[in-house]
Amino acid sequence: MTAVDDRPKTEIGSARKRKEDQRLITGRTKWTDNIQLPGMQHLAMVRSPFAHAKITAIDTSAAKAAPGVSLVLTGEDVKDIQGSLPNAWPITADQKAPPHPSIAVDRVAFAGEIVAVIVARSARAARDAAELVDVDYDELPAALDLKESAEDAVLAHPDLGTNKSAFWQFDSADAGTGTAVDDAIATARDGGILIEREYRQQRLIPAFMEPRSFVCDPTGEQLTIWSSTQVPHFVRIFTAATLGIPESKVRVIAPDVGGGFGGKLQYTPEEVIVTLAARKTGKPCKYTETRSESLLSAHHGRDQWQRLTLAATKDGTVTGLKVDLLADMGAYLGLVTSGVPILGAFMFNAIYKFPAYQFNCTNVFTNKTWTDAYRGAGRPEATFAIERLMDELAAEVGVDPMEIREKNWIKHEEFPFTSVCGLEYDSGNYEAATARAKELFDYDGLRREQQQRRDSKDRVQLGIGISTFTEMCGLAPSRVLGSLSYAAGGWEHAEVRMLPTGKVEVVTGSSAHGQGHETAWSQIVADRLGIPFDDIEVLHGDTQVAPRGLDTYGSRSLVVGGQALVMAADRVIEKAKPIAAHMLEASVDDIEFSAGTFKVKGTDNGKAMAEVVWAAFTGHDLPEGTEPTLDAEATFDPSNFSFPHGTHLCATEVDTETGAVKIRSYVCVDDIGNIINPLIVEGQMHGGIVQGIAQALWEEAVYDDQGTLVSGSFVDYTLPTSADTISFVTDNTVSPSTSNDLGAKGVGEAGCIASTPAVVNSIVDAVRPLGINDIQMPCTPERVWRAIQSAGSTQADPTTGSAQPHFDEGAPNQAPPDPSSSASAEGAGQ
Amino acid sequence: MIPAQFDYLAPTSVADALSALAEAGDDAKVMGGGQSLLPILRMRLNAPEKIIDLGRIEELRGIRDEGDHVVIGAMTTYADVLASDLVRQHAGVLTDAITEVADPQIRHRGTVGGALVHADPAGDVGAPALALDTEFVITGPGGDRTVAAADFFVDLFETAVGEGELLTSIRIPKHTGWGSRYEKFVRVAHQWSIVAVAATVRVEGGTIAEARIGLTNMGSTPLRATAVEQALVGRAATDDAVREACAAAADGTNPPSDLNGDADYRKHLATVLTRRAVLAAAGG
Repeated sequence: MTAVDDRPKTEIGSARKRKEDQRLITGRTKWTDNIQLPGMQHLAMVRSPFAHAKITAIDTSAAKAAPGVSLVLTGEDVKDIQGSLPNAWPITADQKAPPHPSIAVDRVAFAGEIVAVIVARSARAARDAAELVDVDYDELPAALDLKESAEDAVLAHPDLGTNKSAFWQFDSADAGTGTAVDDAIATARDGGILIEREYRQQRLIPAFMEPRSFVCDPTGEQLTIWSSTQVPHFVRIFTAATLGIPESKVRVIAPDVGGGFGGKLQYTPEEVIVTLAARKTGKPCKYTETRSESLLSAHHGRDQWQRLTLAATKDGTVTGLKVDLLADMGAYLGLVTSGVPILGAFMFNAIYKFPAYQFNCTNVFTNKTWTDAYRGAGRPEATFAIERLMDELAAEVGVDPMEIREKNWIKHEEFPFTSVCGLEYDSGNYEAATARAKELFDYDGLRREQQQRRDSKDRVQLGIGISTFTEMCGLAPSRVLGSLSYAAGGWEHAEVRMLPTGKVEVVTGSSAHGQGHETAWSQIVADRLGIPFDDIEVLHGDTQVAPRGLDTYGSRSLVVGGQALVMAADRVIEKAKPIAAHMLEASVDDIEFSAGTFKVKGTDNGKAMAEVVWAAFTGHDLPEGTEPTLDAEATFDPSNFSFPHGTHLCATEVDTETGAVKIRSYVCVDDIGNIINPLIVEGQMHGGIVQGIAQALWEEAVYDDQGTLVSGSFVDYTLPTSADTISFVTDNTVSPSTSNDLGAKGVGEAGCIASTPAVVNSIVDAVRPLGINDIQMPCTPERVWRAIQSAGSTQADPTTGSAQPHFDEGAPNQAPPDPSSSASAEGAGQ
Repeated sequence: MIPAQFDYLAPTSVADALSALAEAGDDAKVMGGGQSLLPILRMRLNAPEKIIDLGRIEELRGIRDEGDHVVIGAMTTYADVLASDLVRQHAGVLTDAITEVADPQIRHRGTVGGALVHADPAGDVGAPALALDTEFVITGPGGDRTVAAADFFVDLFETAVGEGELLTSIRIPKHTGWGSRYEKFVRVAHQWSIVAVAATVRVEGGTIAEARIGLTNMGSTPLRATAVEQALVGRAATDDAVREACAAAADGTNPPSDLNGDADYRKHLATVLTRRAVLAAAGG
């Protein structure tokens, strides 16, 4: 029998199953809610049922007298110590924002805002007592509709005098990165093509799997906070900044965290309240939200109106793009609320060679749950807009939507390419990804089938949707963040600890919450240091263990944190070389390191890494002046973003009789540079694609005209399950990133950014011959059906609040769709 | 998600359950599989003082062949009904509908009787029970009484089961050899029906001899589309013939308007789904 070494030749590129999954999938691990401490108290929140109201009185006497209750807090009790929750991204110098209390003091500004807190010996006692708190409200008019709120019809915060928080502009002519967009629009209006559209980005709820949970233990010298957060390092800094506790007295631990999607990139009222309660009672305190509370009050995402003007020549060459956004902040500014739309500012131009570009964004307050980062944050909105517009341009020119893209995108040989926003796209190959995707999709075959169904007036029409997306991720070069007035940097930190017995601890400042860092980081170090995969332990998410870090969001962990890790590992080798040389009685210059062994060049004479580690540990015989350790750390600040791209193709079948949409086929070929673990990449793509499809088809946070969240449970917030999706075909092309040594680009948000417009484009493509050029998201069967119903009539009734061309009466290209110019509307299965 | 405190009773016989119910009066809530009741309690939308759990009453479980009828105990789970060849063979449209109920976890806890008494008009077993002319056996202190399907569903969340009574079984007349189809329209798979149609049809020599049609979520109770049933008799099982007969499927209905669709859209869906269900049930 022969011993087989079944280890992969290199760990990088190997589809390792994730080492963390055993404990994550079985749940036999520490989630924050599992933590039990002696004397622990439990919190329950009393939340406002009103969107906007004055608090005129709060009677807590019955609650205070209830069994097991140790403390009841109202805003009045803590108004002088609770501080104001932070906004780390004041996008303009004159940005307006109301104070952001954790417990409302005399006024509530959204339904779900906390007005009182019960601290009790058990979660049940706390919940029971919460029912006994009697709050008197005087209802105020609520600012609910985004467009009306932008007109200051009703003020969300009367003291602010306006609902407009900030106006932010990027203009390529002003920036010197392009020409003036208004000139391009004027030219297009006179003999070119002008596409004017308005699209709605509906409000979404991140809906992470683990509801948020927080524990604060005040009994040690350091206050210890466990938080189901993406950002333990931020929580530490903002606990200090908000509550005036010295940072050195605060330790924050993010134990295993069950998903975030940006929804846990926050410093929350609940974190402040748990900390205040622990300090007031002197006992460990815990709060775990219910799913209903999570949907209601954890921050929401998206919620924009996008007014878009695309200028092109008659042959479909793009000449300018103007973007006017209204972005709903909700009631308050959270950690990066105000900056989320700005993250999309440089991505509307996407992969296309626009010579002129202008981006305008108005941030608006309403009396709704505040919005903030949600998977993709700004970039899905941008990608949706431009990919929908490119389809509209193709329809106007009368060519296949892929052809219009090919005509306008950056050619492979043009990289590196400086975009009209001044970003340098370092690498990419749109032609290759597209060619592969079309092949896997059978693009031409599906187009033929589509034509057959159109010709036969099939009840079920076939649509093909394209999304040739790119995104900027790997947040971020610190100097760029500084220029955008963001409060923090974008570097990341890593440490490699060489343990005496030859095992390795890797410490990363990223904070995984389901991404698979433990596996991928082990693979990187295994290759770099020649250490077996299983001998590497990855530590993260505890400010005592990983004191420096900027955490996990914006597809940054690998491209920023991974590079820090590579640098730290390389420093281990450099530190080991003199010791190895000493042991081998050779010159340092003659030592080379590969596959875990230091060798004298040209000989078989060598020392294994473990031997050198042991020598460093004992320190018995080291070269003069050598530190007795090989441990090394590194901090990496990227010089550029990374720019993943890909071609996503979606075929949907639209039942013209019911409006039901069924995804028939979904193919994507993504270029995310070099791949560390294909299995993890596949998982990220699947999850991201579904989340993006969900925006296109299923999800929407809906408020009624009183400002109550109607979709406040999973009965009405229709989150898809595996039963609603299909198997995706995924593949990759590889254009290594030049901004890190791994050649990697981010993949955490790519699927979610790319898939939404692919799906909507396919639905519109299916029914375009009926005279339809838009259906508002989510494209519910009812919306699709109504679009089909109204398309045939001259007094077309657009889907509620939906987008039809309308900006300038009588302007060119503004005629309502003419059904008689294409296939008859009678094909709709009548 | 912690319910308010309640007393929990788990009787092991129908007689014990009835006396517990009599003793508790208004303060008690009867629990079947708990798939609707537990979320209501946990969200504190209701706070009864007593829960009488029927889960330990063996005599309420099981499926029996009683000559012309299939009898299903009220506490029989969806999963057990799904697995029953007897039901599949003689009341296929009920099997079809239960296939579409929520997800496997819920189908293993939820009970057919519990769902029928809960009487959510968007629930999936009411319409097939109605279409199959099911008889409902209701047991009270004075013994059993049988209520016809047409009289069982009274209003939203309201049935003929009175205070102090329990639904103990349902008796379904055998529809042996009838084709069946449950057309459920949802946006995501685990959702309540936006609209659904239960159709069971007997075809003789290519024409429809008899048809039974129940509508889900087209009003405050499950509804029977009797006009369509009559119009279908004697028609060929073809698209055109059935289309005409089904055009009236939504007549007289009063469906809700909500996030999943306005009433007029639901009415449109009802006609489309009725035609599709009938055609499929007829083997078309």
